[in-house]
Amino acid sequence: MDYFVELFFSGLTRGSIYALIALGYTMVYGIIGLINFAHGEIYMIGAFTALIVSTVLSIFGFPLPAIIILTALAAAIWASAYGYTVEKLAYRPLRNAPRLSPLISAIGMSMFLQNYVLLAQTPDFLPFPALIPDFDFMEPYAGFIGSSDMVILVTTTVIMILLTLLIKFTRTGKAMRATAQDRKMAMLVGINVDHVISVTFIIGSALAAIGGMLIASHIGQINFYIGFIAGIKAFTAAVLGGIGSIPGAVLGSFILGLTESFATGYVSSDYEDVFAFSLLVLILIFRPSGLLGKATIEKV
Amino acid sequence: MISLKDIGKACIIALWFVALTFPLMVIKVNPIDRIIIWRWHNMLWVGLGSFLCYLAGRAWLMRREIRLRRIRQGLEAELPQRTPLSRRIIQDPVIHRPLLAAGALFFLIFPLLFSTYQTNIMITALMYVVLGLGLNIVVGVAGLLDLGYVAFYAVGAYAYALLNLHFGLGFWTVLPIGGLLAATFGILLGFPVLRLRGDYLAIVTLGFGEIIRLILENWNEFSHGPSGISNIPRPGFFGIQMSLDHSITYLYYLMIAMVVFTIFVVNRLQNSRIGRAWFALREDEIACQAMGIDKTRTKLTAFALGAFWAGMVGVIFAAKTTFVNPASFTFLESAIILCIVVLGGMGSIVGVIIAALVLILLPEYLRAFSEYRMLVFGAVLVIMMVFRPQGIIANIRKTYRIGID
Amino acid sequence: MNLSAKLTVFFAAAILALTMAIPAMAGNDTIKIGVAGAHSGDLASYGLPTVKAAELVAADINAAGGINGKKVELLVEDDVCKPEVATNTATKLVSEGVNVVIGHICSGATKAALPIYRDANVIVMSPSATNPALTQSGDYPNFYRTIASDDAQARTEVDFAINGLGAKKIAVIHDKGDYGKGLAEFARKFIDESGKAKVVLFEGITPGAVDYSAIVQKIKRSGADAVIFGGYHPEASKIVTQMRKKRMKTVFISDDGVKDDTFIKVAGKYAEGVYATGPADVTANPVTREYREKYKKAYGDEPGAFFDNAVAAALALTNAIAKAGSTDPAAIARVLHTEDVATPFGMIHFDEHGDATGVGFTMYVVKDGKYVQVR
Repeated sequence: MDYFVELFFSGLTRGSIYALIALGYTMVYGIIGLINFAHGEIYMIGAFTALIVSTVLSIFGFPLPAIIILTALAAAIWASAYGYTVEKLAYRPLRNAPRLSPLISAIGMSMFLQNYVLLAQTPDFLPFPALIPDFDFMEPYAGFIGSSDMVILVTTTVIMILLTLLIKFTRTGKAMRATAQDRKMAMLVGINVDHVISVTFIIGSALAAIGGMLIASHIGQINFYIGFIAGIKAFTAAVLGGIGSIPGAVLGSFILGLTESFATGYVSSDYEDVFAFSLLVLILIFRPSGLLGKATIEKV
Repeated sequence: MISLKDIGKACIIALWFVALTFPLMVIKVNPIDRIIIWRWHNMLWVGLGSFLCYLAGRAWLMRREIRLRRIRQGLEAELPQRTPLSRRIIQDPVIHRPLLAAGALFFLIFPLLFSTYQTNIMITALMYVVLGLGLNIVVGVAGLLDLGYVAFYAVGAYAYALLNLHFGLGFWTVLPIGGLLAATFGILLGFPVLRLRGDYLAIVTLGFGEIIRLILENWNEFSHGPSGISNIPRPGFFGIQMSLDHSITYLYYLMIAMVVFTIFVVNRLQNSRIGRAWFALREDEIACQAMGIDKTRTKLTAFALGAFWAGMVGVIFAAKTTFVNPASFTFLESAIILCIVVLGGMGSIVGVIIAALVLILLPEYLRAFSEYRMLVFGAVLVIMMVFRPQGIIANIRKTYRIGID
Repeated sequence: MNLSAKLTVFFAAAILALTMAIPAMAGNDTIKIGVAGAHSGDLASYGLPTVKAAELVAADINAAGGINGKKVELLVEDDVCKPEVATNTATKLVSEGVNVVIGHICSGATKAALPIYRDANVIVMSPSATNPALTQSGDYPNFYRTIASDDAQARTEVDFAINGLGAKKIAVIHDKGDYGKGLAEFARKFIDESGKAKVVLFEGITPGAVDYSAIVQKIKRSGADAVIFGGYHPEASKIVTQMRKKRMKTVFISDDGVKDDTFIKVAGKYAEGVYATGPADVTANPVTREYREKYKKAYGDEPGAFFDNAVAAALALTNAIAKAGSTDPAAIARVLHTEDVATPFGMIHFDEHGDATGVGFTMYVVKDGKYVQVR
């Protein structure tokens, strides 16, 4: 039973990381119908920015709480700026192009950003200082769940709630939902669609950056390639839950995280990724709209 | 042509990029030894680079706008009548025949002119030509974005390696088997994903590519795992023992024959009934169905035929390297082949050939810049999509005009 | 612009091929030593020290008048550690007429390149390719190496775990890579053969995954006394960190890929007590000292991975050519097998498989943030 609980928590941690990244995918897809391949790279850039900022701050002698807050802010701001720029450069000119064009552009952007970080920084793994200390009150549970797992879970939950509130009750949220439903109609009723799309990219990127910072601090090291795998997994999660649906992305992430964790625990970790991809293929075959997604009927 | 306002705008853009790239380009930290390296000079390069890029892009856009305006005012003839050079070269027999002859001659005597090493590089480039043409059927012609193309390549390579290892089958026997096996895999993958729309399809094929690689990596009993299979024989020629030089030259001509064969088949395919159906499918799936085209069969043939070439090249790859391991079949490889198709112009045979030669040969000779290779590949994909989605040589399709005038 | 741009594209390939194809110089007045390995890309840090080692040795020999009056010339070629590139590299070196080759660095690339050298009858000596089959299969009589093979390393690890630590249950984990998985399989084989201990878990992990806690839980549940990990330091430090954070005291034993100071820096306090095998400590050897100092003088920092092995390879090859009095491969091979040469690893020669004698592994342990040899 202990073993089960341990695996469960490990799956939850994984799931919450996936969720933070998957939200960006699902929001962008919901609004412009594009798989933003470069999203995983934004997560990686967020992690790198966090590493750089936190190291600089700690060398300058800031206290730990200040470092955490400032690092999170900086990572979110810069990742958002990257998200915004990527959208403007690579996706906006292609908004009315055939479906494949923005997708290929996104793959190109992903390759570009990966290699940009490789060249600007380093191809090696960089150690990431643990930002989250081991809390004393967590000590009795250390065997089950670490302090950083706890922080990741709590942060993800809080962000999830905030995001739901934002989308449900604010003007921006309403505009986003309207754009997602029908872009032309939204334009007609006076919504600045370009602005809404930019905001979506900014929010999605900021979430990914926070995810990047949390997981990097949890795992303890990063390199330029972490975005690719995490991105693919998060995308799988988003599709699993029904891409375009925010609760779906969260649900899908937790299902994927738990599946991987239990598959490793009870079967074998050799085929961990095979499980994830097979799950994706199966879901797409039998329920292409995902668990919580609405089936779209194409009208001619 | 470029006003002061543009320069002002360019300055703002430059500032934005300097700020954007500041943490990654300027600061480099070593979190363990707690050292910060400031690389202020990078700031200058980024600023200058983005400033110039913006102005260049702006100038390009303005030129286009002016031309469009003139066309609208009737000052300049309409675009279609200005046949671009690339098209003239291909269409005009006076130009293209001698060019083709010169090209053919160059490739025929290539191994005599250059060293074994150069020939070896050329074989690699030619392999990518065939891979590009194969993927072109799937992506360029039928419009199905396949990000796991390398899986079929792997199937071919491992088919030769394993069949040779266990049953001692030779290169010539396995060449068609590898192709057919890959085609079978193409159909196997094709069946379940037929219902998916473009972008889902892309992801599933990517997943499929990864699954194949992971299986090759993990299933030791079957594939010898990550350490791969070595000592695969080179292609034989009626059982004659050949020295290294000769066997490379032989492989070169084999590859040339393969390329010619591929061009011939692909060209015939494009103008056939099924080729027309692919184009139609790419343009509009629903209209296509309404016209009575069997969507399932058309898509499956595209997958199978695309995979077939990859499988054959895979066999040649195994024979050329004499060693296969799963590390040669990563997503990156799929991305490079996709890049060839996109750069060449989707659906265009000549374009794909040129793109493959440029993309594979250039980095080989510009080794000093090889670090920037993937960066450039990425940028090429984005720039091509934004500025010239039809590729370097646009696909020319026969158009029939009904006389209005 | 339109015209020229398109013409350029059209002829780019042909023109480039023409201009770049400078025929190989066929001079016979030098001894050509090829140096092949990863010199760019993400594995460059494994390949570049070998180039520097070869350069230092060649400079010494040329300063002393060369070998039998002939100067040594280095032909340095990059293979990015990829098999398909390595065949091109090997072909290039062969067509340029190399006499011997130092390289390649990665086992996969070496395997792909060796048949080409074998057909051209060129002797190859790798400072770092540890795959056992390279020498033991007997397929490559032209291959030698100055590093011990993976099975020797696995043997050291298993012996230490069973006899040194008295482990009864051992979990074997690997990173699914060529090196890591090969090592892990040898470890499993040796444990099974010993009969004194049991493999309670044998699994591969995915490099680059976001979290390893599930596999750590699995190790914990298996009740292993010791973990043998085959792979490189990035994954090792993640696993060790998570194990220690879960308050597991299981002994962690790993390989040469982990015996790297970066591991200690990354894992920090959690690295304490981790065992790793590595080449025997040769800092006391005068040859080692000499070349390390030369390196420091020339480049200002510490030499990187496989530097000593590369120096050994360069010295052994040049010595063999000098003693043989010619560049005839058979003559060189005879000297390599029979005559001892002073290298950073002491006096070595090569056994019938091509493995250097006296190059072995010893066990290190992390103590106060440093690797120290286990006595």
